[in-house]
Amino acid sequence: MAEVEIRAVSKAFGKAQAVNDLSLTVGDGEFVALLGPTGAGKTTTLRLVAGLETPDSGSIRIGGRDVTGDAPADRDVAFVFQQYSLYPHLTVFENLAFALRAPIRRVPEADIRAKVQEVARLLHIETKLDNKATQLSGGQMQRVAIGRALVRSPSIYLMDEPLSSLDAKLRGEMRLELKRIQTDLGATILYVTHDQTEAMTMASRIGVIEAGRLMQIGTPREIYENPVNAHVAARLGQPMINLLPAALFADVPLGAATVGARTEHLTIARSGGDVSATVTRIEHLGDQSHLHLDLGGQPVVTLADPEAKLGAGDIVSLRLNKPLFFDAVGGRVAA
Amino acid sequence: MSTANAAHSVVEPSAGTRRFAGSLVILYAVITMIPLIWIVLTSFKSPDDAISYPPKVVFSPSFEGFCNLFTTRSRQTPEFIQTLGPPQGLCDSIARSRNMVVAGPSNYVPRFVNSLIIAFGSTVLAVALGTLSAYGFSRFRVPLKDDLLFFILSTRMMPPIAVAIPIYLMYRTIGLSDTRLGMILLYTSVNVSLAVWLLKGFIDEIPREYEEAAMIDGYTRFQAFVKVVLPQATTGIAATAIFCLIFAWNEYAFAVLLTSGNAQTAPPFIPIIIGEGGQDWPAVAAGTTLFLVPIVVFTVLLRKHLLRGITFGAVRK
Repeated sequence: MAEVEIRAVSKAFGKAQAVNDLSLTVGDGEFVALLGPTGAGKTTTLRLVAGLETPDSGSIRIGGRDVTGDAPADRDVAFVFQQYSLYPHLTVFENLAFALRAPIRRVPEADIRAKVQEVARLLHIETKLDNKATQLSGGQMQRVAIGRALVRSPSIYLMDEPLSSLDAKLRGEMRLELKRIQTDLGATILYVTHDQTEAMTMASRIGVIEAGRLMQIGTPREIYENPVNAHVAARLGQPMINLLPAALFADVPLGAATVGARTEHLTIARSGGDVSATVTRIEHLGDQSHLHLDLGGQPVVTLADPEAKLGAGDIVSLRLNKPLFFDAVGGRVAA
Repeated sequence: MSTANAAHSVVEPSAGTRRFAGSLVILYAVITMIPLIWIVLTSFKSPDDAISYPPKVVFSPSFEGFCNLFTTRSRQTPEFIQTLGPPQGLCDSIARSRNMVVAGPSNYVPRFVNSLIIAFGSTVLAVALGTLSAYGFSRFRVPLKDDLLFFILSTRMMPPIAVAIPIYLMYRTIGLSDTRLGMILLYTSVNVSLAVWLLKGFIDEIPREYEEAAMIDGYTRFQAFVKVVLPQATTGIAATAIFCLIFAWNEYAFAVLLTSGNAQTAPPFIPIIIGEGGQDWPAVAAGTTLFLVPIVVFTVLLRKHLLRGITFGAVRK
């Protein structure tokens, strides 16, 4: 394992600037998640570290060594692709052993066998080793894809939305499993996702990417509680943060154009709040209920208190409780 | 809906459709098989049966066609034949019954061997070159890629005979006339355009992630190509090889123009059997029947690959 340093890297595909002057350091043994919407440049960043793309400018260092011009094979990285990319002509065992059998490694066959068995046990696929890669369920394929990276001990594991194709239950299990493996191995992981739960639960630090730029990097808590701008604030939180015109509220700081109110920033009562809103809808999601409000023409979504027994058409009173403030271009304004 | 319709699927063809499709396929197969069956039957007929009218479907089989294919014979007087010892083998006795003696082997076997060497040689070369260039066109940013691909395809647009004379002159100058190497190079250059286009389609379908994964796992691009791309392209390679082989095996125009002795292939040779001692259709048919065998064997051997289907299931699209 080693430290990976991305220094001022830019990459454009034709006119599209995929990654723009991005700098990021993943410390030894750290789990960094890159979070951002589709097309934000997360995958390109990962591919640049892997050597599958060459940066237009900037440099990449792994373990203190500049690898910017190196071939992927010489970088000592492992990659988990979003699309599994299991070799369909090989068995699960051969898929897992593939990296160890590379001519540059010369791992003895007995060691390969032992390592593959070990990883297969870890991922609960030891009974599937003789299957063709195509004879697996989606979840099993995904685990083989992760296993293919785990058989190696590279400087860094690069994972591109490795859990995105699993169903919710399996994704939850794999999340815990991956985190456990990472802690056990002390592995350095750069993990790309658009799923905030994955980022929040697994990462030691989250980097939020938007339009090829790293907006903010910090612990999940920092990112959640102290976002630098409205983009970052909108990335985390369920239901999503409500961005409301500051004009709706009295007593906002100077320069604030938008008020960002998460569920915990809103106190809802029958009366006695700062502003009043109308209940438009209550959405029951099973484990929680979303309360949809109309606040002076602006939709507001927050969690409903099951005890409150609200219904559509009810008038409620809202009070802001230390919300976030943003200026006209989305930058954070101190409260 | 009624229970009768409950089992009916919108994508599965109905029994009636299936029966209709089946009979169409059988009808087509019969129509295409008739000439082949006719050739094979004729090769076992005597020369008289071969040209009888109405055509004979039931006849007593004879090996005269095959004997005449493999031997050259000279006409002798019955008195001279009387002076010879007992006939040596089946062909000799057939020849003597027609007042002839076997003078020696015909050129069919060497021509057939030429065909094998030239057709398989050019197929191997065309498929190898085609696979590599198709991979290049599929994976790398090649300047003027579309123009180059069109140019490659455009070499197939003119009839081969249009370039026959320039090629004849070129080959004579550089000494490739009537050589196996010359024919291999010629057929390769004709087939490689087909191979590039066919294989590019197949390789485009193989996701890049496979090679990328292999390259990250410590393989060079070429090793990844061999370990990952080639095994998945076998279906396309097999299909391409069959097409190339069929072209090279059957090619007549260039063969008749550019070869005469050393490198002559079977297609220009088979028709000239006719000239040796009358209209010897059974011999021609025998030559054609044997000529069909390698293609049939090759196609049957590769059938497994052709039918195996596409195995891209392990990549989510």
